[in-house]
Amino acid sequence: MKYVLQRLAFYAVTAWAAITINFLIPRLMPGDPVEALMSRYQGQLDTSAIASLKALFGLDENKSLWAQYTDYWSHLLDGDLGLSFTFFPTPVGEVISQALPWTLALVGITTLISFLLGTGIGVYSGWRRGSWLDGLLPVTTFISSVPYFWLGLIAISVFAVKWPLFPFEGGYDNSLVPAFDWPFISSALYHGVLPGVTIVLSAIAGWILGMRNMMVTVSSEDYVMVAQAKGLSERRVMFAYAARNAVLPSISAFALSLGFIVSGTLLVEMVFNYPGIGFQLLQAVGAKDYPLMQGVFLVITLSVLAANLLADMAYAFLDPRTRKEA
Amino acid sequence: MSAEPILTIRGLNVDYGTGTSGVRALRDIDLTLHRGEVLGLAGESGSGKSTLAYAVTRLLSPPGVITGGDVHYHRPGGETLDILALSADELRAFRWQELSIVFQGAMNSLNPVHTVHSQLTDVLVAHRPGMRAAERTERAKELLNLVGISADRLAAYPHQLSGGMRQRVMIAMALALEPEIVIMDEPTTALDVVMQRQILRKLVELREQLSFSVVFITHDISLLIEFSDRIAIMYGGRIVEQAGAADIYRDPRHPYSEGLLHSFPALHGPRRELTGIPGSPPHLSAMPTGCAFHPRCGKAFEPCAGRIPVLTRPDAAQEREVACWLPAPPA
Ligand SMILES: Nc1ncnc2c1ncn2[C@@H]1O[C@H](COP(=O)(O)OP(=O)(O)O)[C@@H](O)[C@H]1O
Ligand code: SF4
Ligand SMILES: [Mg+2]
Repeated sequence: MKYVLQRLAFYAVTAWAAITINFLIPRLMPGDPVEALMSRYQGQLDTSAIASLKALFGLDENKSLWAQYTDYWSHLLDGDLGLSFTFFPTPVGEVISQALPWTLALVGITTLISFLLGTGIGVYSGWRRGSWLDGLLPVTTFISSVPYFWLGLIAISVFAVKWPLFPFEGGYDNSLVPAFDWPFISSALYHGVLPGVTIVLSAIAGWILGMRNMMVTVSSEDYVMVAQAKGLSERRVMFAYAARNAVLPSISAFALSLGFIVSGTLLVEMVFNYPGIGFQLLQAVGAKDYPLMQGVFLVITLSVLAANLLADMAYAFLDPRTRKEA
Repeated sequence: MSAEPILTIRGLNVDYGTGTSGVRALRDIDLTLHRGEVLGLAGESGSGKSTLAYAVTRLLSPPGVITGGDVHYHRPGGETLDILALSADELRAFRWQELSIVFQGAMNSLNPVHTVHSQLTDVLVAHRPGMRAAERTERAKELLNLVGISADRLAAYPHQLSGGMRQRVMIAMALALEPEIVIMDEPTTALDVVMQRQILRKLVELREQLSFSVVFITHDISLLIEFSDRIAIMYGGRIVEQAGAADIYRDPRHPYSEGLLHSFPALHGPRRELTGIPGSPPHLSAMPTGCAFHPRCGKAFEPCAGRIPVLTRPDAAQEREVACWLPAPPA
């Protein structure tokens, strides 16, 4: 319990620092980005957008830095991240909350699938070295060494263009109205197949190799030999003794990889024009949509932190050695 | 002591690796463990003691392979099991139920992510399917008491226990099913001298209560003199001498046994001069010809470098066996 509180405190401080840096960066940018933007939009920006921009870049000269900082926090706590330029006057928070579920669903589910599948294969191939599963390794390793960009394009050209089995872009059929009904959900699933399968293919080798190596290492531990000598069932030796110990590094790697869902999704969403947060970030960068960029960065930072926290908690739960004595 | 055998090893050969890269780690091992006795197995590090322990329990992991010989276990009822011919299921049933081991690496013998309770009871789950959970916990408490650990340590994880306690948990675990044979491979080497003797005394006491047979492996022959009935001495993958503990102590016949006795301070009795053995043990890949000990032996003579002495009884009236040319030079 003390351990959990310690970690929570640590992450609270880190989050505070990250948010503060997020607040400071636009203020440290040289030049006057607001003037530049205003001239670019040539009067198309209305006063509330300009106010929002000035607040963002700290050009609100009537206020001290400290007052700006407290304002920033109170807006943040209200979920107010300013207004997006590209989707003016939609608030950044709204833009993000529309894109985020797509990314979380696509990359989250596929990350989970590749972790579970890869770790499972790794357990068996590490336990029964020399079985047919070992033949899978060079194949998956080769696929994972292909840059994702190419893998995606190859998948599109084969399964969407040459044999049009799957749509080549988008997250759902545009003629449908997003809703929680079967036509929409099935369309979303259908659109998710190609990006999903390519993500799993490119990620799975890492999980297999990591788990297999750990299984091999752990299999020569004394306690595994003891478990064999005790005449326990093979299942028990393999799972409760070998895999249970071997999986620890994979679990923390998995928790960390959850943090990169949001940031690592850029390529996938570019290749498939997928309406997620990475695609949004890409557009924001192209349009110099600073409020949106800042919002996306904040989400990325917080999700990496949350994933780290999760990794710590999972480790403490699974490895009694990290739990401090009460 | 009855001379009824419980474990007989005949002509056992073990290699590490195969083909040209293979080396022979055990050569023609003949050894008998009798019911109720403590058999000591001594020899310098690398002489093949652990390999022997793993081979008779079929726990050798690759590249170790048994290339010849037999291991038979004699059930109390008179039935005989051919250990090397057991199927995987039969082997699982035999292990721990009839023969348990305390390993050399006993410090790491406990699974770090499971409690002592879980590791003491999983063996009951596997071998006593009818037992209820409450009975298993009861038994686990009993076992801890047996080795002098309080029952509240059942909930502890291995890292929360001291080295000596972990060692005793392993001994308790080895006794969980009241096996007929317990093999102890240097069970106390990692501990300090006081703890070593405390644990050994406990062990002797337990053996008197529960009457199992023990193979006690150590490189420290002085421990064996005190705690075992019979001693077998290994050198370069062979047994070079075996005899009653007192006989070995009083009158070692193999020059290597004598050297070992002079390498450790005796625990009791008159002090001996500690001289040690010159040189170092041979490598498996470069085993000397003839008697493997001849490059280090002060008494080596003409036949030693060329001809291998086999284990024989120099004195028909004694149970002692020696593999040395000295007592009976070749014709
Ligand atoms: N896995 C292995 N591969 C190759 N050689 C081994 C292996 N394990 C042990 N050996 C060799 O076998 C010999 C006997 O080792 P071991 O049985 O551990 O001796 P002891 O227990 O008497 O110290 C040593 O020379 C050691 O180097
Ligand atoms: S056979 Fe020869 S070399 Fe070997 S121990 Fe006996 S005397 Fe020494
Ligand atoms: Mg050893």
